[in-house]
Amino acid sequence: MSAPTTDEELVVHHKVVQVGPSRARQTAVAIALIVIGLFVAIVLASTGTHPNAKFGFDAGGARVHVPTLSLPEAPFCIVVGALIVLAGIYHLVRGFTPAAMRWVGSAVGVLFLLAFLAWAGTGGRTVQFTSLLQQGLFLAAPLILGAMGGILCERSGVINVAIEGQMLAGAFAGALLGTVAGLFAGIVAAIVVGGLLGLLLAVFAIRFLVNQVILGVVLNVLALGLTGYLFDAIMANNSNGTDNPGFFGPAKVPLLGDIPVIGPVVFDQNYIIYAMYVIVIVIDVALIRTRWGLRTRAVGEHPQAADTVGINVLRLRYQNVVLGGCVAGLAGALLTIGSVGAFTKNISSGQGFIALAAVIFGRWTPRGALGAALLFGFAGALQSVLSFLNPPLQINSNLLGMLPYVVTIFAVAGLVGRVRAPAADGEPYVKGSA
Amino acid sequence: MSEQKAGGEPAVSTPESGSSKIETPDGGAGRLREVFRSDHPAVLTILAIVAAVVIGSILIIASDQATRTAASYFTAAPMDTFSAAWHAVSGAYVAIFEGSILNPSSLSSGDTATIFGPISETIVSATPLIFAGLSVTLAFRAGLFNIGAQGQILLAAIFAGYVGFSWHLPVVLHVIVAVLAGILGGALWAGLAGVLKAKTGAHEVITTIMLNYVALGLIQYLLGVHGFQAKPYNQAISPPVDHNALYPHLFGSALRANVAFLVAIAATVAVAWLLGRSTFGFRLRTVGANQDAARTAGISISRVYIVVMLIVGALAGLAGSAQVLGTSPQVTSDIDAGFGFDAITVSLLGRGSPIGTFWAGMLFGALRAGSVQLLASTNTPSDLVQVLQALIVLFIAAPGLVRLIFRLRRGAGGQTAVVAKGWNG
Repeated sequence: MSAPTTDEELVVHHKVVQVGPSRARQTAVAIALIVIGLFVAIVLASTGTHPNAKFGFDAGGARVHVPTLSLPEAPFCIVVGALIVLAGIYHLVRGFTPAAMRWVGSAVGVLFLLAFLAWAGTGGRTVQFTSLLQQGLFLAAPLILGAMGGILCERSGVINVAIEGQMLAGAFAGALLGTVAGLFAGIVAAIVVGGLLGLLLAVFAIRFLVNQVILGVVLNVLALGLTGYLFDAIMANNSNGTDNPGFFGPAKVPLLGDIPVIGPVVFDQNYIIYAMYVIVIVIDVALIRTRWGLRTRAVGEHPQAADTVGINVLRLRYQNVVLGGCVAGLAGALLTIGSVGAFTKNISSGQGFIALAAVIFGRWTPRGALGAALLFGFAGALQSVLSFLNPPLQINSNLLGMLPYVVTIFAVAGLVGRVRAPAADGEPYVKGSA
Repeated sequence: MSEQKAGGEPAVSTPESGSSKIETPDGGAGRLREVFRSDHPAVLTILAIVAAVVIGSILIIASDQATRTAASYFTAAPMDTFSAAWHAVSGAYVAIFEGSILNPSSLSSGDTATIFGPISETIVSATPLIFAGLSVTLAFRAGLFNIGAQGQILLAAIFAGYVGFSWHLPVVLHVIVAVLAGILGGALWAGLAGVLKAKTGAHEVITTIMLNYVALGLIQYLLGVHGFQAKPYNQAISPPVDHNALYPHLFGSALRANVAFLVAIAATVAVAWLLGRSTFGFRLRTVGANQDAARTAGISISRVYIVVMLIVGALAGLAGSAQVLGTSPQVTSDIDAGFGFDAITVSLLGRGSPIGTFWAGMLFGALRAGSVQLLASTNTPSDLVQVLQALIVLFIAAPGLVRLIFRLRRGAGGQTAVVAKGWNG
């Protein structure tokens, strides 16, 4: 399982990466687009209960009032459907490049969602568009932070399946310390505990060369067991003293928070989410533009080469894995002191795995993972918004809840295809072994 | 880390470990000591369990109220602290033993159902673990990582459960058809991930995780649909499975152990044969060990992936059938009872061998059964069992650490046989 090159070999063998989708896949994707477009233009356009759908853009606390938009549903759906069909026909005939396809895919997703909302909004109740976005970002935040934690690890060559466990441990520590020593102490505790689990991951992966996927799964079980145990031992019978931290409410940024639509969505959230903006931007910039970022990528792609030019491969990996754990721990803090203000067993309920999916879906880039995590967040928000609306056909919320997962499967299989992880991701590096 | 020996394991070169500490073997006792100081897999496994139990004890002591109270006046009466700690630790482990193997106080009652109750419960918990563990093991050996046993179990429960409560067939036939339906459900779900992997390269870790959530949504949806939901439609539960479709009890109706356990033994043997003796098993292991070599040898990797995942799903399907046609004969959305994820730890403890997986399933089944007693008769939270499982597997996966703790000499053994690669593998 070690890298295929040896000391004697001068030629580095590169695996041939599949470039561009195959013809069959291209056809399949194109037909899927056309079918979606026709569905929007015909079914959604013709089944609305009222001719108009109302979109509301006001959210609580906004100073500037945005008038409610009354959208003629049928023409809107026909236009959107036609656009999607056109994209499908273009893809069938000429074909988008994989890079363009990602943008087209996102655009089609957004258009479809808008058409769907217009359709659902014909039932007479107003679609609260701004609060939908606000809620979506809020739900996406733990996934975004978890995914950033994963990216930090994986870009330097250590697979992190333990995001779930790190989040869970962070959520627990945040609630406990948040109760005992105050909310900001809770945040620090969540970061520290996440980092400790990251350290455990690093030691076992780097020092003891344990298979990293296995390691991640085991650490998840460990975190689940430990937090469950401690919850029963400490919290369950004394919840006021140990599991009652309160939570960070939304803190509106002056001025920026009053911008229509964007203000309430982006600048009326809690402190942890503001920290998240900074973290995402810093990682995105640093990974490409700083010495640290170059070294991290080098260590993740070709540790031998990095070592040759004097980069301390193992130290950098330790650093990044612990740092990744810290970020994932902060993601966990969002689940307790960032939202509900109490810890319960298995509160992360698989969100760490969704964050992992976002990492892979987003091709190990901060921007890609951000987009994927937002998709999951908005899908969750859509589910709760739809239950307030009165759509022409009530859709079972369980079936709707499956949608983001199905979309991910399709995306991983169809649009993304064979994803390429950092070349040395999951490969332990032992000096001189090559 | 200083140097590297062949075999991909680090040389442990800290001063307190090295082989210089080990005495020269002299005579029979020396040879015995030699065995125990070597890193034979069995020795490593036992030591991993010992280390996990020790850490578990620390956890019990730290969270025990009586011990903490006694520790507050430690200097006045130190023995109080030790006796309270001993009481908490021994109480917890004795409870696990009594809940999973034998409760000595039941012997005097003379009632066989009471005496063998704990063993029966161990078998009940072990059966789905063995099935699902075998499923994960088989995938491992082909270089695939099946995190989707949970979804496959749920699908199997839907299929087997539906056949069980809505069809009405004669005695023996009904249970066979229901089990086959469960196998079909599991195979379908895992096969989907296999086809996606083979045809599009979609990574099975992602697709199986996603399919878990889809299966969960599906079962929650079905449990709200007339025809699947039990009357009077106010609970998310299906009608009970027909008596004819249930696995017959093994030791009379008072004990829950059922024939599914025999099927689990048969499945273990079958998987061992498949892996070790069959042509397909050879192909599977080749693909798992080295894809490029397999391709060069003319093995169709995509076909192997699809067939492996179908079998993997069938095995997980047997776990789902064992649940819905045995232990809890009504479909609910938590019918998987966490077996899907525990199966991964079972498989890791079993080191990728079917026989090893069987015994690992028995051990973790016993721990599960013991956790019920732990909850009932002590103050120690039952999640202790989960911590123990994780620690055992963590130590098993890192033989280097166990060697370091117990100052073992390194030898040929102790390598994990599990092959699972990174994302690009």
